[in-house]
Amino acid sequence: MINLAGRDILHSWSKFVLTGLGLGLLIGVTFTMAGVYRGMVDDAKVMLNNSGADLWVVQKDTLGPYAESSSIPDDIYRGILGMRGMAQAANVSYLTMQVRKGDTDVRAMVVGFEPGQPGEPSYLVAGRRITRSHYEAVADLKTGFAVGDRIRIRRHEYAVVGLTRRMVSSGGDPMIFIPLKDAQEAQFLKDNDAIVNQRARIAANPALNRPGVPGLLEAINASQTSNRNVNAVLVRVADGHSPETVAQDIRRWKHLQAFIRAQMEDILIAKLIATAARQIAMFLVILTIVSAAIVAFIIYTMTLGKIREIAVLKLIGTHNRTIAGMILQQALGLGLIGFAVGKIAATIWGPFFPRYILLEPGDAVRGFVIVMVVCTLASTLAIRAALKVDPATAIGG
Amino acid sequence: MNKEIGIHIEGLSKRYGEGATAVDALKEVNMSVAPGEVVGLIGPSGSGKTTLLKCLGAVIEPTQGRMTLGGDVIYDNGWRISDLRVLRRDSIGFIFQAPYLIPFLDVTDNVALLPMLAGRPNGEARARSLELLQALDVAHRASAQPSELSGGEQQRVSIARALANKPPVILADEPTAPLDSERALAVMRILNQMATQYHTAIIVVTHDEKIIPTFKRIYHIRDGRTFEEAGEGRALQ
Repeated sequence: MINLAGRDILHSWSKFVLTGLGLGLLIGVTFTMAGVYRGMVDDAKVMLNNSGADLWVVQKDTLGPYAESSSIPDDIYRGILGMRGMAQAANVSYLTMQVRKGDTDVRAMVVGFEPGQPGEPSYLVAGRRITRSHYEAVADLKTGFAVGDRIRIRRHEYAVVGLTRRMVSSGGDPMIFIPLKDAQEAQFLKDNDAIVNQRARIAANPALNRPGVPGLLEAINASQTSNRNVNAVLVRVADGHSPETVAQDIRRWKHLQAFIRAQMEDILIAKLIATAARQIAMFLVILTIVSAAIVAFIIYTMTLGKIREIAVLKLIGTHNRTIAGMILQQALGLGLIGFAVGKIAATIWGPFFPRYILLEPGDAVRGFVIVMVVCTLASTLAIRAALKVDPATAIGG
Repeated sequence: MNKEIGIHIEGLSKRYGEGATAVDALKEVNMSVAPGEVVGLIGPSGSGKTTLLKCLGAVIEPTQGRMTLGGDVIYDNGWRISDLRVLRRDSIGFIFQAPYLIPFLDVTDNVALLPMLAGRPNGEARARSLELLQALDVAHRASAQPSELSGGEQQRVSIARALANKPPVILADEPTAPLDSERALAVMRILNQMATQYHTAIIVVTHDEKIIPTFKRIYHIRDGRTFEEAGEGRALQ
């Protein structure tokens, strides 16, 4: 038996391919939107993986350091390190800021870490690790910096000595790693005018500037000038110990919040990017509906254009299921072309997006099934119209 | 089905609507066409030609009467055939005013489609198609698309399609309307030739005065009633 759908497609292949191309670009956008969400989730997981931590210790009653701000003293890690089940504990600080890059600037998350401790970039793709105590940096490739470039952060210039990859914040900003002390200064140190102004205010306060207490004013000024806080302590748990148990101990005895890996993932994925995910989900639903409407409209229009032929086919004895099959196959053919074009388009343009686009094979399979289901549903309108055609219309008026 | 008997109808009526608005489109029509015979069905607009053709073609149901095809009763105050689609496919050929070829099938497959729909193997269906195309002198356009054919060629292909399943009867609905005199007479010559060659009863509905003299027998239809008349039966060279 002749494949009527195939012959019709071959007969008007240019119209069919162009329609499939248009639909494919729409499907490509849909895939990309799904890829944006997958990328956000993956970025969050990669950030947690690359930190090398089992626990994140942050200020009590906060969801820091990524979802909320957190500030804890930088000497607290010593106490944590002395607790049972600890392998490593290290301070980290995070600061999202605009970093000068030539005549422009780049938005980046500046990470302060201690070399050799959790929080350090797990691997480099170029250059070397930070070996000096100050003014060296390792940058993510997405910042656009190269080894040897100089970065200005606040008052100081840093030399880029190494490059890493896939180290981005949950907001998609690439990371720049600098020594912890420099990062603390960048985050907390006030500018000179602010310091002068603050000293004047303290000196003018009789409670803090008592004539009979020598050294009090100097001590208060010194404590106000420097800030010895960090955003979190990253902990690596010793083998044989449960991170949950260690976290419970920290919560109980140190009066701090401690998150295990699963909780931190939940914070990043379920809370931090939840709104973005819902936004993307809305786009996906709308794009799916628009795609379905387009397929339905195209197939319906194509069917209406063949009403006389369909009447003749029915008159000469063609089974209704053959005609329905022809329309369904055309809809599926359109979906197949659209899926192929969409997948290729999304793969081609994905890397040009500023954020990481993760196109998972599982999503492609799910997308294929959805496209086919949508095309099947979309063809029902046209099939209904075709089945309602009276074969008698082929005869006379 | 006995192909020696052709088509025979007795007292066939068709009423549209009910009550005061009812319209009797056909009133006890009688008609008989033998195999190998080509008869004309002539009447003014609204006389019931198309309704009769649709009843004969089993696309609308008559209100009452009796209809036999190849000796088999297909209608007797109700359809006696369970699957009218199969009846139309295997036992009735249709030729339309315009050829209405399937635009996405080539000439061979336009004709071969019917035997294929009837379950014949593709090879056999295509061989039958080529045989008919040869008989109708369009075999040289066998692989052409319908849009590449002239009007006359398209009509010949549609005649081949009507003959594809060797039906005992062919219903032709104004097959010469869009053609000039010469081509119209050529189509009638072919229909007569095919009727004789394939032993098929052909009913030609027409308004076309050019071809009326070619019928040996004519059924006139007026206000839903038919009456038979001997035609001139002018020879077709």
